[in-house]
Formats: sequence, structure tokens, C-alpha cells
Amino acid sequence: MILPLELEDLSYVVNGRTLVGPVSLRVESGPSTIVLGANGAGKSVLMRLMHGLLNPSSGTVKWKGGDAGRKQAMVFQRPVMLRRSALANVTYALEVAGVKDAHSMAMEALEEVGLARLAQRPARVLSGGEQQRLALARAWALHPDVLFLDEPTANLDPGATREIEAIIRAFDAAGTKIVMSTHNLGQALRLGDEVIYLHQGRVVERSPAEQFFKSPATAEAAAFVKGELPWV
Amino acid sequence: MQEFPGILAEGRLWQIVALSLEVSLTAVVLAAAAGLPLGAAIAVGRFPGRHALIVLLNALMGLPPVVVGLTVYLLLSRAGPLGSLGLLFTPGAMVLAQTILILPIIAALSRQAVEDAWREYEEQLRSLGVHGMTAALTVLWDIRFSLLTTLLAGLGRAAAEVGAVMIVGGNIDGVTRVMTTALALETSKGDLPLALGLGVVLIAIVLVLNAAAFLVKEAAQRRYG
Repeated sequence: MILPLELEDLSYVVNGRTLVGPVSLRVESGPSTIVLGANGAGKSVLMRLMHGLLNPSSGTVKWKGGDAGRKQAMVFQRPVMLRRSALANVTYALEVAGVKDAHSMAMEALEEVGLARLAQRPARVLSGGEQQRLALARAWALHPDVLFLDEPTANLDPGATREIEAIIRAFDAAGTKIVMSTHNLGQALRLGDEVIYLHQGRVVERSPAEQFFKSPATAEAAAFVKGELPWV
Repeated sequence: MQEFPGILAEGRLWQIVALSLEVSLTAVVLAAAAGLPLGAAIAVGRFPGRHALIVLLNALMGLPPVVVGLTVYLLLSRAGPLGSLGLLFTPGAMVLAQTILILPIIAALSRQAVEDAWREYEEQLRSLGVHGMTAALTVLWDIRFSLLTTLLAGLGRAAAEVGAVMIVGGNIDGVTRVMTTALALETSKGDLPLALGLGVVLIAIVLVLNAAAFLVKEAAQRRYG
């Protein structure tokens, strides 16, 4: 297990504008973590810093279990599929990771997300929801310790969103740590055990999900919850 | 007009057409084998001098065929460094010259195509732990249908040029005579109808090849998205 993940005084600055930081955070194994915040709050940047796609301007990202490498994976808002079959997209990811028995592991992952019967279909002609399920299968095929999900359902209709959420719950139950960003409060409630609330690049609140929605501790979070759920 | 049927009857026209296609298609295959990976590597890689290399490659797209022909001629002439190969005035020399001519075209155009696609793929591939040449070749393979246009640009250039093959081939009847050199010869001999006929055949062949490539690309894109 590579967790916990320790972020220390992390910041990310572009052209003098601070997009994230300073953030100090410890992400533990176990219950799922939801990174919540308005558009532009820095959710995606924070996810990419944790995943290692972006190098911090200052501060450190440290995995306690040593080199994280293939032990963590990420699913993006817009999945990028290779121009080959659904199955080949998953075997590709396994093969570059040096897995010997890529084919059977890939089929397993496709079954997990309910895409086994579409295995031979070219990935790029699948629907948006199917492509996102395929992206989940590809990320999960290596059974990572941590799975980062950056607004995975932002472009999907409610039906496809429900399917994605069911898969994420199954991964969670199987022991993979879920770290997911979203601006959808309903989704945060359904999937999150704890909430990290970002505002203008900083973590202003971190609390168990129920508590966060019932009685947010900070004014910013309260305004966000109220604005997003005016009927509550 | 009397010579035109003559050339057809003896099958010489088809011999010339066949040699044209053989030389230019071989040059495209060789230039693609080197140029596509080169273009992809420059698109994905980050190294000092990269921008200068891109400018140079783009500039070399305008390489004059006669300059390439002269250079290859000097290389292959008996006193030249590759003179011992005995390639001068053979189809092999023509293939070499055309390969050099279109290599920059294929490398520069594929560099641009891969770089445009890289914007879409970069995060995903880096997330999967794919770097360097593996990433470059992955993107190259993924945009393979778009690259058909790149190959056609190279083929068009090779099939249309006359300067390089004239110099290194010598336009020897039955050995190194191709469509363009035959056309130039007939024009200078004053047989304009035959020259025009050859021109029409040349254009028709290029048209057919492009139509075939277009159909392949359309079908593939419908299938793979």
C-alpha cells in the first residue's frame, strides 16, 4: 500500500497566478475522499498534482509507500481512447506496464464495468458513457491502490452517471482508495465518505460528508452548499 | 500523332508507367519508414535545438529536385564516395534521390500532425506511464488514417518531379525512362501531342491513387471513429 499521501505546503503557480496552494494535506487509505469546489477552485490542478502529471511550483508530494508509479491511476473528465478496439485499449495499458497476461486481465476489467460484450468494438465509436466505463476499466485493470477521478461524470447524462457511480462504488468496496473531484453535491453525498472543500485554490474545510452537508463549518462552504442545493 | 499508337503498341508506354510507379512508390515507402518515426519523435520529444530542427525540416520541404539530383549524382559518380555501388543511371539511384527529396515532406507534415494530436493524448498517455518513443509511436499509429494525406503529398512530389530523376537516371530508354523524363524529352523533340498524352496519363494515375487513398481513409474513419 502506497498510502498515505502527504502534501506539504504544496502550491502551483502559473504566470504569477496561484492556482492551488498553499495546501498541506494527508490522504489516508480507506474511506473515499471527495474534492469539492466551484469551477476554477483548483480541483483539477490539485488532482493532477497528486497524480504527478503536474510538478508543484513549491512544496512536496510524498507517497509514504515509496514510488507510487503504477499503484495509482487516474480517470479524466474526457477520456482519450486509442483508435483500436475497447479490449485493445485496456491491453495497451497493461502491456506498457509490463503485464504478461494482459489479455485475460483486460477481459476481467471489461467484465467488471459491463463492457465484455463490446470488447471488439472500436473504442472511439462507443457512447460517452461507455467510453468513460472503458476508461475506468483501463485505469482499474492494474488494481491500483489509489484511483483519482477528475469529474468523471461531468459530460454524461443521468443514466450513464448512475452506471459510473455504481462502478466507482464497486472499486471502493474492492479496496481501492477513491479520490474524486466533482462540483455535483448529490454525487458527493452518494459517493463520499469525507469531503475536502476547495475555495480559490485552498482547502478551507475538510470533514465527514454528512457533517459537511448538514452544517458546513466555513462561510464559503455554507454558501456553496446553499447555492447548489437551494431547496435544502 | 502517329507515334502515340506506336508507343502503346509496343507496350513501351506501360513500361514507362510501371517504372514511374515503382520508383516513386518505393521512395515513398522508404521515406515513410524513416520520416514518420522521425516526425513523431520531434513532435513528442523536448530537446535543445528542437525549434531549429523544425524550421530546417519545414524549409527542406522546398528542396529543389535538381539540387537533390546533383548531390546524389556527385555521391554516386565513379569518383564519389558511393561510386563503387555502381548505382548511377539505374532505377536505384532514382529511388535514392526521390527518397531524399520527400523525406523532409513526410517528416515535417507528420511532425505537425502528431504534435496537434499530442495535445489530446499527452495527459492520458503520461498518466498510463507511457513516455518517449513509445508515446510517439502510439500517437503515430493512432492517427494513421490522417497520415495517408502526408504520404500522398510525398507521392505527389515524387511522381511529379523531373529534375532529380533526369540527372541521376539519365532518361535511358528502357532502363531509366519514367513519365516525367519522357514527357520532357517529347516536349523538347517537338512532339507535343505525345507529350500531352503522357501528361494526361500521369495526371490520371495520380488521380486514381488519391481516390483509392481517400476511399480507404473514409472507410477506416467510419469504422474506427
